[in-house]
Amino acid sequence: MTMLSIRNLHAAVEGKAILKGLSLEVMAGEVHAIMGPNGSGKSTLAHVLSGREGYEVTEGSIVFEGKDLLAMSPEERARDGVFLAFQYPVEIPGVNNVYMLKAALNAIRRHRGEPELDAVDFLRLIKEKAMLVQMDERFLSRAVNEGFSGGEKKRNEILQMAVLEPKLALLDETDSGLDIDALRVVANGVNQLRRSDRAIVMITHYQRLLEHIVPDFVHVLAGGRIVRSGGRDLAVTLEERGYDWLKEEAA
Amino acid sequence: MATSANDVEALISKGYKAGFITEVESDTAPPGLNEDVIRLISSKKNEPEWLLEWRLGAFRQWLKKEAPRWAHVRHQPIDYQAISYYSAPKSRKDGPKSLDEVDPKLLETYEKLGIPLREREILAGVAVDAVFDSVSVATTFREKLAEAGVIFCSFSEAVQNHPELVRKYLGSVVPVADNFYAALNSAVFSDGSFCYIPKGVRCPMELSTYFRINAAKTGQFERTLIVAEEGSYVSYLEGCTAPMRDENQLHAAVVELVAMKDARIKYSTVQNWYPGDEEGRGGIYNFVTKRGECRGENSQISWTQVETGSAITWKYPSCVLTGDNSTGEFYSVALTNNCQQADTGTKMIHIGRNTRSTIISKGISAGRGQNAYRGLVKVTKGADNARNYTQCDSLLIGPKCGAHTFPYIEVKNPTARVEHEATTSKVSEDQLFYCRSRGISREDALNMIVNGFCREVFKELPMEFAVEAQKLLGVSLEGAVG
Ligand SMILES: Nc1ncnc2c1ncn2[C@@H]1O[C@H](COP(=O)(O)OP(=O)(O)O)[C@@H](O)[C@H]1O
Ligand SMILES: [Mg+2]
Repeated sequence: MTMLSIRNLHAAVEGKAILKGLSLEVMAGEVHAIMGPNGSGKSTLAHVLSGREGYEVTEGSIVFEGKDLLAMSPEERARDGVFLAFQYPVEIPGVNNVYMLKAALNAIRRHRGEPELDAVDFLRLIKEKAMLVQMDERFLSRAVNEGFSGGEKKRNEILQMAVLEPKLALLDETDSGLDIDALRVVANGVNQLRRSDRAIVMITHYQRLLEHIVPDFVHVLAGGRIVRSGGRDLAVTLEERGYDWLKEEAA
Repeated sequence: MATSANDVEALISKGYKAGFITEVESDTAPPGLNEDVIRLISSKKNEPEWLLEWRLGAFRQWLKKEAPRWAHVRHQPIDYQAISYYSAPKSRKDGPKSLDEVDPKLLETYEKLGIPLREREILAGVAVDAVFDSVSVATTFREKLAEAGVIFCSFSEAVQNHPELVRKYLGSVVPVADNFYAALNSAVFSDGSFCYIPKGVRCPMELSTYFRINAAKTGQFERTLIVAEEGSYVSYLEGCTAPMRDENQLHAAVVELVAMKDARIKYSTVQNWYPGDEEGRGGIYNFVTKRGECRGENSQISWTQVETGSAITWKYPSCVLTGDNSTGEFYSVALTNNCQQADTGTKMIHIGRNTRSTIISKGISAGRGQNAYRGLVKVTKGADNARNYTQCDSLLIGPKCGAHTFPYIEVKNPTARVEHEATTSKVSEDQLFYCRSRGISREDALNMIVNGFCREVFKELPMEFAVEAQKLLGVSLEGAVG
């Protein structure tokens, strides 16, 4: 079943057109990789999908599970199962990591008509999930991302994904800032979260991540559009030839 | 005294007939302030001669003073002759007959704060004929306190029943001439609370629930005196998270605390008076003098305040650290939204040796709110090894509000160590979006961030109060984000 359908998406930031007719179809159970040079609009796409203000959609449509995603607020999208692992996770001083995540999960559960988890049940859950990304329990009780290293922040994002169990996970440069050991841990965590009813869209500049999380499809974003789609081998070609030949093709 | 109370009343009612205001109850003095009005107050309360003289002395001092202008607040000049300074305790009959007659906005807020129904009636001043549950609760409390030897009663009762204690301590921390508003309060104070903890006694309960119910009756010029004898402890909670109906615009309270050797006083306030409408009309002016003296060695006074109400707040709970090794603490959250203005902070006066003070101030500004922290740390010559740590953080929500910090430091002793840290931060769109992208609503996200900012202060509040304070911040911030 089609989970996400992006048609002819045009989006601008501060009056500057970034996405210029992007189309993409994602089915449940699939893992897609979107690659592209820096500044090509990958994060813009992720932000538009999750509803960040300041991104103006000038044309096109996004349908998520039959609903008009663009008509929904960021929190509504999240509650319906859209999750973005940020390229640059945000620090929130004074707000406890577990506390925030519990509030998030319970907001989602309320939306689904499920009972809220109390502190005890939630703690049990999060400890179990923390093992998935080998996250030290000490980090759980710290303020959200405050003083976390780049790698710790990325692990925290995947931990959140594991707890919130989204239908559609967008991972924006989840590999950046990770050393090889951390990359393996995070990738392993993501792999365990692959499911037939969940889709994952990975955004990455390097194909390194794709060695660890093997995608079903690879797309190249350049000039604000998907200029080429293929399988796993497309990433290898990109690694060898770079992006320039595609940019020329796009232009 | 030449003028008897009756003469005064006659005089006043004549004035009243001459057309002061319409519909004044017979037990309300007409507007205006002069020595006769003060005599009337004192005689109505059946006060001893010395207290009348004390009030008159304060009044004469007040006449010589001018309202302070240094605070970072703006308001129209207050006409002190337009205020009525005496009103007999109102009977419940004057209030609305039921909650149906109460301002729906107020009810909405009670709902959001989860205030129990019966308490809503009391807070809104509903005339309830049945004997309150609260009255019996209060009586039970009193019995328990009396067993421990703790005196906890209204100020007027204390004047009647424990005049020697009142006389000994009244004005001993905040002298009558301390400042314009304190002098005014000393001259005309209506009532308030008196609390005396005898030597070695740990007050068996937090003085809270009682207060919450009774707070609805506090007057415009409230007077509080708390004395903790050697080795005693008391935790005192003032105020109420629920907004209160109050027709008086000006509030000028005085609170005095005295801690003797090894005694500890913890004074927590949640203040949520009417802040006025979105344009700032009709809000309460809260000009309070709060001061505690650590009179004995090793004593400790700690002020914790959460200020979300009032149109204007002018308030500096202070500690005079007289005793050697004594400790003063000040933990404050002050929130200003819409057109609210707050100029608040503390004074820590180090006199004894090895005295320590800690100041943690969290100012939150939203809307067009203006929030100023004003703090003085003074180390006198004899205060060897005095230590102060001040942390002063401001959080801005939106582009139209302001935060200002005025730290004053005066050090006369070279062994003193005074540290000051200050930060200003904004609730960023990034933070809000991050939370929302996890399913948390914008409003809940803002609350979470603001509460996180206030955490160090909230953890000083008694548990149930802390929970209420968090909810209160949420309600006060509503509409602060688009
Ligand atoms: N908030 C913003 N304000 C202005 N320009 C932006 C903003 N966000 C992104 N851009 C611009 O949009 C383009 C695409 O950025 P981005 O989506 O972050 O690319 P990528 O993630 O592929 O590196 C860049 O030219 C960038 O400078
Ligand atoms: Mg990017």
